[in-house]
Amino acid sequence: MAEKVTLVVFSGEMDKAMAAFNIAIGAASMGMEVSMFFTFWGLNIIKKNKGSIKSRGMMRKMLNFMNRGGSKRLPLSRFHMLGLGKWMMGRLMQDAKFPSVDELIATAKEAGVKFIACTNTMGVMGLSKEAFIPEVDSFGGVAAYLAEAKEGRVNLFV
Amino acid sequence: MKADATLDCIGLYCPMPIYNTAKKLKELKPGQVLEVLADDEGIKEDMPAWCRTTGNKLLGIEEENGEYKAYVRKAKKGV
Repeated sequence: MAEKVTLVVFSGEMDKAMAAFNIAIGAASMGMEVSMFFTFWGLNIIKKNKGSIKSRGMMRKMLNFMNRGGSKRLPLSRFHMLGLGKWMMGRLMQDAKFPSVDELIATAKEAGVKFIACTNTMGVMGLSKEAFIPEVDSFGGVAAYLAEAKEGRVNLFV
Repeated sequence: MKADATLDCIGLYCPMPIYNTAKKLKELKPGQVLEVLADDEGIKEDMPAWCRTTGNKLLGIEEENGEYKAYVRKAKKGV
């Protein structure tokens, strides 16, 4: 049986997402079975880029307006500088032909990486399944993560 | 070194060279040799590590003017 690798993706920043996808793609390339659990701010990475995020209640509507998310809207964890830093980093990465978050998502899926969205955070933030990209394989909680992590040889928190 | 197929990873950064190697090797038969061209120095550590983990055999890595040629022989039970 293939060795398992799990990643908890808690952060919603572009640079951290890239690190997580790189490890996931690398592990899958090495024949490992990889699961990525997206929770809290990490859910922003797998939100749809288009359309509005529907949620009930004024506070949740406000939260989802300010915390819109989507792979193209992720800030940098440092030097974001209201988007200027991200723009510069984006240019550098483009020049270096480094894959974008969207391309990394596509490659990870092609490599067989499983995406799991955390239902707990979805509940708190009032997010429905429709808020997420179709690449998400399943929606689960901490038990789903731990059942995988227990068998995992490499378990990371990003 | 003689190879049955060549994979061009020039200009690609980690993890793409090993990802592409894993993908390309699936097309080859056991015993066949894949030549991987790369210019990311990480390949010097990554390809041996990838081969150790997947069970494929690294025949060698040649370096010339900042470009690398790695030769991988597909194992019978490799990934």
